[in-house]
Amino acid sequence: MTTQHVQMTINGQPYAADIEPRLLLVHFIREVANLTGTHIGCDTTSCGACTVLVNGVPAKSCTLFAVQMDGAAISTVEGLEQNGALHPVQEGFFEEHGLQCGFCTPGMMMTAVAFLAQNPNPTDDEIRRAISGNLCRCTGYVNIVKSIQYAAKKQREAQTAPAAPAEPAEAIR
Amino acid sequence: MIPEDFTYFAPGSLPEVWDLLRQHPDDAKILAGGQSLIPLMKFRLATPAYLIDLRKVPGLDTLAERDGALVIGAMVREAATEHSQLIQRRYPGIHEASAVVADPLVRNFATIGGNIAHADPANDHPAMLLALRASVVAHGPNGQRTIPLDDFLVDTMETSLAPDEVLTEIHVPQPAPRSGSTYLKLERKVGDYAIAAVGVQITLDGDVCTQAGIGLTNVGPKAVRATQAEMFLTGKQPTEDVIREAARLAAAAAQPVSDLHGPEDYKRAMIRTLTARALREATQRARAGGVSA
Amino acid sequence: MTSEAPIIRGMGHSVKRKEDPRFLRGKGHYIDDFKLPGMLYMDIVRSPYAHARIVNIDASKALALPGVLAVITGKDLDAAGLAWMPTLMSDKQMVLPVDRVVYQSQEVAAVIATERYIAADAITLVEVEYEPLPPVMDPHKATDPDAPLVRPDRDAKTNHIWHWEAGDAARTDEVFQNAEVVVKQDLYIPRIHVCSIETCGCIASYDKIDGKLTVYMTTQAPHAIRTVFSLVSGIPEHKIRIISPDIGGGFGGKVPVYPGYVIATVASLQTGLPVKWIEDRSENLQADSFARDYHISAELAAKKDGTMQALRVKTLADHGAFDAAANPSKFPAGLFSIITGSYDLQAAHVEVDGVYTNKPSGGVAYRCSFRVTEAVHTIERLVDTLALALSLDPADVRMKNFIPPEAFPYKSPTGWEYDSGNYPAALQKAMAKIDYAGLRREQAEKRARGELMGIGISTFTEIVGAGPSHTFDILGIKMFDSCEIRVHPTGSAIVRIGVQTQGQGHETTFAQIVAEELGLPVENITVEHGDTDTAPYGLGTYASRSTPTAGAATAVAARKIRDKAKKIAGHLLEVSPDDLEWQDHKFQVKGAPGRSVTMKDIAFAAYTNFPQDVEAGLEAVDYYDPPNLTFPFGAYICVVDIDRGTGMVKIRRFVAVDDCGNIINPMIVDGQIHGGLTMGMAPALLEAITYDEYGNIQQSNLMDYLLPTAMETPVWETDKTVTPSPHHPLGAKGVGESATVGAPPAIANAVVDALSHLGVTHLDIPITPWKVYQILEAHGAAEA
Repeated sequence: MTTQHVQMTINGQPYAADIEPRLLLVHFIREVANLTGTHIGCDTTSCGACTVLVNGVPAKSCTLFAVQMDGAAISTVEGLEQNGALHPVQEGFFEEHGLQCGFCTPGMMMTAVAFLAQNPNPTDDEIRRAISGNLCRCTGYVNIVKSIQYAAKKQREAQTAPAAPAEPAEAIR
Repeated sequence: MIPEDFTYFAPGSLPEVWDLLRQHPDDAKILAGGQSLIPLMKFRLATPAYLIDLRKVPGLDTLAERDGALVIGAMVREAATEHSQLIQRRYPGIHEASAVVADPLVRNFATIGGNIAHADPANDHPAMLLALRASVVAHGPNGQRTIPLDDFLVDTMETSLAPDEVLTEIHVPQPAPRSGSTYLKLERKVGDYAIAAVGVQITLDGDVCTQAGIGLTNVGPKAVRATQAEMFLTGKQPTEDVIREAARLAAAAAQPVSDLHGPEDYKRAMIRTLTARALREATQRARAGGVSA
Repeated sequence: MTSEAPIIRGMGHSVKRKEDPRFLRGKGHYIDDFKLPGMLYMDIVRSPYAHARIVNIDASKALALPGVLAVITGKDLDAAGLAWMPTLMSDKQMVLPVDRVVYQSQEVAAVIATERYIAADAITLVEVEYEPLPPVMDPHKATDPDAPLVRPDRDAKTNHIWHWEAGDAARTDEVFQNAEVVVKQDLYIPRIHVCSIETCGCIASYDKIDGKLTVYMTTQAPHAIRTVFSLVSGIPEHKIRIISPDIGGGFGGKVPVYPGYVIATVASLQTGLPVKWIEDRSENLQADSFARDYHISAELAAKKDGTMQALRVKTLADHGAFDAAANPSKFPAGLFSIITGSYDLQAAHVEVDGVYTNKPSGGVAYRCSFRVTEAVHTIERLVDTLALALSLDPADVRMKNFIPPEAFPYKSPTGWEYDSGNYPAALQKAMAKIDYAGLRREQAEKRARGELMGIGISTFTEIVGAGPSHTFDILGIKMFDSCEIRVHPTGSAIVRIGVQTQGQGHETTFAQIVAEELGLPVENITVEHGDTDTAPYGLGTYASRSTPTAGAATAVAARKIRDKAKKIAGHLLEVSPDDLEWQDHKFQVKGAPGRSVTMKDIAFAAYTNFPQDVEAGLEAVDYYDPPNLTFPFGAYICVVDIDRGTGMVKIRRFVAVDDCGNIINPMIVDGQIHGGLTMGMAPALLEAITYDEYGNIQQSNLMDYLLPTAMETPVWETDKTVTPSPHHPLGAKGVGESATVGAPPAIANAVVDALSHLGVTHLDIPITPWKVYQILEAHGAAEA
């Protein structure tokens, strides 16, 4: 077994390690960087619980080797909150009850974040298509779609009125 | 699910890739998008000792028309073809095939090159590209050669690529005026392989079909060209009767087996249904003026 | 003295969930997120055969791999008396086999290593020599004289496990003999897997110095697990702590004790180090317990006018190699005898025979109360079969046969006492919401044009909240549940409950119950669960029992506190407690609403200024033994369109009217129904586990086991009626599984309805496109 040096940023923080080439990106994130918000739910690139952004593009981190990510910028759920303010997608999931057990939620939200960056004004059907690589067993997806629409609306409003964004109806502690 | 140990290379040029392939002729694998290979490695169904990642090899990301053909570089991601204006406008069949490969996240890393080189008959692009009469460029230390896709696909997970060759480009002939293409896939859920799928291109002169391409997914050891159906259509007006007979011939060309994706008879029937629907759609697209420049 | 009433947000408020902030930030603590110092990793060698003798296990190559500490086999466990463990159903189950395997992917040996990746390498180096044996795969052949014996360890040398029946056979036969109409239908409810997105796993951590075993475990029932572990291992129960952390979905699949938990525990006992075991999805799908797998033969006797009279049902239950179903002890077929459903029948008789086959254990739930889905599917299909046979509208037949609202409490022919119900109201609401009459007109027009559209109804009755101690126990432990509340001096509170959330939102809804009952703001109440060292004893969360049992315990515990608080309030207001009334979430002097104290004032006084005859402090515990089960119900209507060229079924609309009694949190109830409907649709159209004749599972991963994505899932339309439970302190009933139970027959009925003019009377689930297409083709109705 030979190790290989790899460096990448996760949520803007640099990480470097000597790793086995076979180390999956999801294990690098969870075990090396100790960011356990990214989950594992299958073996077959089916469930999307491990979804992270690679240079802004959502990917299933169980189907990438960490060595492939040398020099890449990775974003995970832990990086969504900025300066104590939740990302609109996080806020949407809270307001619209877009999660139950919470296990698929980080991956689902990362997909949503990247999707809304490409399509700020989506239809419900476009949202369903965008999240069709992320499985949820609890919610039946109805409220996830609402959550993403909530975030889309909030982001559009922030674009048109960059002043103080409206507070969520209920503080998220 | 942990892959077996391997040595990883990310060479910066094709000659370096060839060197590595020559040094490890039996136990090296090329890694493109990895969305099929890595799951196989996790199940230890693939256990390459050496993995050669193409990500640093320059020149494999072309997506443009050149010299009468659409050139798709080996490392062009499915998401790129799915969202490309050029592809959507002039190669709707490729756009539609890309849009139903696995799921949106897989498509962000999966490549068309990998989809073909993996030579899985359940993959979506081979059938569509057969219909479009595409060829692939195989580049080795002794130069490059262009291989028609029919000859490239040999058997299930087997291609005519030489051990030291790399698939670098896919060439799709630019469609003639008044051509229409489409890809129709029947799947039970997003992310599933096709029960059956059909890629079609029709070219019209007046109201007569001058060229037809029909490729079938997941109904044989490799993607199947429905040759009899293509020949039947050529020189005829694609009337409803002609379309139905072509669909019947396409179904006859299918060699499905019963499995979890359905019984044999059903799959053959679905080739007929999908071919008829695809031919209607492609004909309509061709009549509507076909592809625009 | 007077106080402003605080903003409580108790019963009926869509309070945003207290558990969400950690999940939204990726700061949940699921089992694989824990890392303990010195932790080792376990991986499991599994059998490629469904039935085989183990000739030899050679672990030498695995042990030679650097980083491998141990390879544990059945013989090692046998020496410690741990090769077998009891199941919840008076059977026993192999932890690791000593000499034979009885299903494919059964655990054969376990590797303990310093790293996850090394353990994964090492399992490929354990060499196991098998002598394959013929497997029993078809339950119908399991009791043939020449069938191989799945369980030679048992005294009874047969694959028949038990026979169970309910109802009155003689009375039922009598009604059938005199019936004007009898309709008969065979149904197969296939084997399915809950497939929570988080698989199972544990970290067993034995502290050799103080002799304490702590097991972090994906379990829906931590207390029962602690007791079982103590009984099996001999470790005193106070030296065992089970912690069920955040759980990534349970749905019944995390009720059983799987061998992996026990082996990891043995490994930790041996090494004195924490041992982590996390299943792969493939292992989870192939080896963990399954649901359903009922082969049902049902008959319904009726009058020509559609009056239903009697039901007769015979069932063959495929239990796999061990009867490890997670049912109450006295209910080997669960609550299957709820099969008379929402209808007033004169008589019913139900029989179930359980058999062993060479498959993993069956009989856990799939988001449903014990075997209720199988029962509901049977009766709801039969009602439609009857309607079709008599050319009556299925809605009319239901209306005609509903147990009338004034008949509750209603004693069913199989012995249940339904607590409450108003079935016509629910169906009427669903029919109005979806415009049933308009849909029937549309269907007639479409049918005339050759288009295929179907409308399916399901008016189901659930039975949840197990259960009363006179009838319900698990391994002798009665199925009460519990709550402990402590109110702190400054008016906030901690609530600990015996049930365990896996996404249902207990941290929010149980706080709302306490907020309502004590008049404390919901945000000032913390709910804890899942740690056996701190939570009161309870039987756990499954079968929609949390609200009916622990929810009731929480209300009663809070009322005990309120009783004490009343004395303190009297002291503070200098009046007799008898002169006080609880109004607007505070105590006020009768006739003088201006004189009042809030619970916050009382809480402070409970520690600083309490009357002489009252103990300090403000806390209570309740162990609630429900007097009866609760009977949620609903009316679902599904509209499908069928593609004549492919046989694909598309759900166009689905209206679900649910009645779960009084609602604690409408937002959460809606979410539960959305999820339940999706897990009802999945087995109706997509999911099934099958085996080939050699015992190979054919859906061993998520490429082949088809979980619905957002694309296949329709936009669920929900509504409600409210018929409170008369015996539950809050009038609530439980809702987590109603939709999973009620949805499949609505979908199946819709598809049959779309095809009924072709002579179709039944389709087994999952309704695959080829099943439909073959019918269309046979009748010349397929797209040419």
